Amino acid sequence: MENVENVIVTKKLTKVYQMGAVRVHALKGIDMTVRRGEFVAIMGASGSGKSTLMNMLGCLDQPTAGDYFLDGKNVNSLDRNEYAEIRNQKIGFVFQGFNLLARTTALENVELPLMYDRLGRIKEPHKAAKSALERVGLADRMDHLPNQLSGGQQQRVAVARALVTQPAILMADEPTGNLDSLNSIEIFGLFQTLNQEGITIVMVTHERDFADYAERIIEMRDGRIRRD
Amino acid sequence: MNRIFNLLKVAMKSIVKNRMRSLLTSLGIIIGVSAVIVMVAVGQGSQAKIAEQVASLGTNLIVVFPGISKSGGVSQGAGSFNRFTLNDAKKIKEQATLVKDVSPIVRSGGQVIGGGTNWSTTINGVSPEYFDLRNWELEYGEFFTDRDVEVCKKVAILGNTIADELFPGQDPTGETIRIRNTPFTVIGVLKEKGKNAMGNDQDDIIFAPSTTVLYRLKGRQFIDMINAGAISTDKMEAAQAEIRSILREAHKLDEGDDDDFTITNQTEITDMASSTSRTMTLLLGAVAGVSLIVGGIGIMNIMLVSVTERTREIGIRLSIGARASDILVQFLSEAVVLSLIGGIIGILLALLVSGILNNFTDLRTVIKPLIVFLAFAFSGSVGVFFGFYPARKAANLNPIDALRYE
Repeated sequence: MENVENVIVTKKLTKVYQMGAVRVHALKGIDMTVRRGEFVAIMGASGSGKSTLMNMLGCLDQPTAGDYFLDGKNVNSLDRNEYAEIRNQKIGFVFQGFNLLARTTALENVELPLMYDRLGRIKEPHKAAKSALERVGLADRMDHLPNQLSGGQQQRVAVARALVTQPAILMADEPTGNLDSLNSIEIFGLFQTLNQEGITIVMVTHERDFADYAERIIEMRDGRIRRD
Repeated sequence: MNRIFNLLKVAMKSIVKNRMRSLLTSLGIIIGVSAVIVMVAVGQGSQAKIAEQVASLGTNLIVVFPGISKSGGVSQGAGSFNRFTLNDAKKIKEQATLVKDVSPIVRSGGQVIGGGTNWSTTINGVSPEYFDLRNWELEYGEFFTDRDVEVCKKVAILGNTIADELFPGQDPTGETIRIRNTPFTVIGVLKEKGKNAMGNDQDDIIFAPSTTVLYRLKGRQFIDMINAGAISTDKMEAAQAEIRSILREAHKLDEGDDDDFTITNQTEITDMASSTSRTMTLLLGAVAGVSLIVGGIGIMNIMLVSVTERTREIGIRLSIGARASDILVQFLSEAVVLSLIGGIIGILLALLVSGILNNFTDLRTVIKPLIVFLAFAFSGSVGVFFGFYPARKAANLNPIDALRYE
C-alpha cells in the first residue's frame, strides 16, 4: 500500500445513495490502481457510476464503504478540513462545466486555489498562476473575464487552475462535454502534452474517439469495472 | 494572515460589485446608528441645559408655597391661615440664622405701555435681595432699595425682552412706563437669561418692589410665595427645618396640625426635571436601538439571498480546497464590513443632523465620544450576530451539492 508509485489505490470502494425509500448502489466495490505518470480514461454509459467514482477519487464526496489510498495516504478517515486540504494540495480537478468564477479574471481564477494553501508550498502565487496560464497557452488572455473567452479557452483556464498547486494527479470529469469537437481536440491535445511532461491524469469521458488519447481505458457498467 | 487579508479582499470586492444592494442593505444600519446617536445627543443636550439652569438659579434656593402638600391623603382645604403675608417673609428674615436672603414674591400681570408701544407681561413684586438670590445682573441702571420697598415707590426693573420691545436699541432708564395705567419709572434693565427648562422666556418680566405691586397694582395683602437662600449648600436641610418652625409658630399651628405651606428647594425640582430627561434619553435611545436591530435583520436577509445566489461559487471554492472556516470568514466579513460601513456613514449623518439641530432649532445636542464608539461597536456586533447564520449556512454546504446547484 505504501508503494508511492501507485498514486491511486482503491479497495472495494462502495457508494450507496439514499433516495427517499430507495437505496441506489452507485458503486459496487471498485478495486483499481493508477500508477504515477499514467493517463487513464474512465468510460461508460450514463448511470454507470463513472461520475460518482470520479467524485470519490477527487475527494468531493465520501464513499459509503471501502478504502481509498491517494498518494500513499488513506483518505477515508479524514475530517472535513483534511479533505479540503487534500483537494487543495494533491488534486487538480477539471469539471465539465468549467466552474470558473464569473466577473473574475482568468489570472485571479487560477490564483484562487493558492489563496487557500495553508502550507505555503507555492512561494509566489502570482508568478505561479502566470506560468500555469502560459503552460496552457493563455499567456495573452490573463486579464480576460470568463465570458470574454471561448469555451475551449475557459476550460484551459480551468486546467491551469488545476495545475497551479502542482498536484499529484489531474482529474477531469467529462472535460469536453460542453465543447465542440475542435475545442475538444485542443483540450485532449493539452492533456496529452501534460501527460508527456509527467503529470498523472484520470479523466471521465463517454466519447470513445477521445478515449484513445489515453494510454489505458477503464470501462464501467452498473457500478462495477467491466473492462480494464 | 495573508489568507485572512485575501478573504477580506474577496468580501470587499463583492460589496463593491453590488454597490446598490450594499447601500440599501447598510441603510438600515445607517438609520439605526444615526438615530441612536441623535436621540441620545438630544437627551443629553437637554440634561446639560438643565444642569446649566441649576447653576444660574443658585443651588441654595429654597421656595416656600402657601397651601398643603401632603396630609395623609385628606386635603384640609383652604383654611383661614392658608396664605402668606409680607409678615411671614419678614419673620423669616428676622429669625432665621441659616438663611441669608429672603424675598416675598407677588405675582401680577397686565398690559404695559411705554416707548409708544405696549406689551403684555408678568410683573413680579420682590425685595432687593431677590436679584442676588436668583443671580440676576443689571445691564443698565440700578436695583431698587429697601427704602423703595418701604415707601411703595413706583419704580420698575425691566427684563431684557421687555426693554427690547418697548425701547429697542436704547437705555430706557429714567423713562416712564404705565403698568395697568399706573406710571412707573424705569430704573434698570436686566441682563439676558434666555429660556428656561420649560422653554419659557425668562426675560419677559418686570420687577418692582413687593409692596408696590401688592398695594398699588393688586390692592390686597396676600403674597404668592417666598424665596429664601440658605447660607450654604450643606445647610439646606437645616435651613428648611428652621423656616418650617418659624412659619408654624407664625401661623400658630399646634403640635399635631399639618403644615399649611410647602417647602421645596430648587435642587429637588431640577433633580426631578433631569431624571425625567434621563428617562426620556433612555427611552429614545432604546427605540432607536430597535431600528438598529431591524437594520441587522435586513443584513441577515440579504446575506441569506447572497448565499443562495452564490451557491455555485461556494461549491467552486470548496472544490479547490477552501475549508468551511474560509467560507465562514468570507461571508461573515462581508456582513461585518457592510454593517461597519453603515455604522461609519450613520455616525457622519448623526454629526450632520445634530449640527443642524444645534444651529437651526431650539434643541441642544451633546454628542459624547463614548456613545459614538458604542454605536459603532454595536453596529459591528450586529454584523457578526446577523451575519453568522447565513455564513454558517454557506460554510456547511457540501461541495458536490453546491456545485450541482443551479
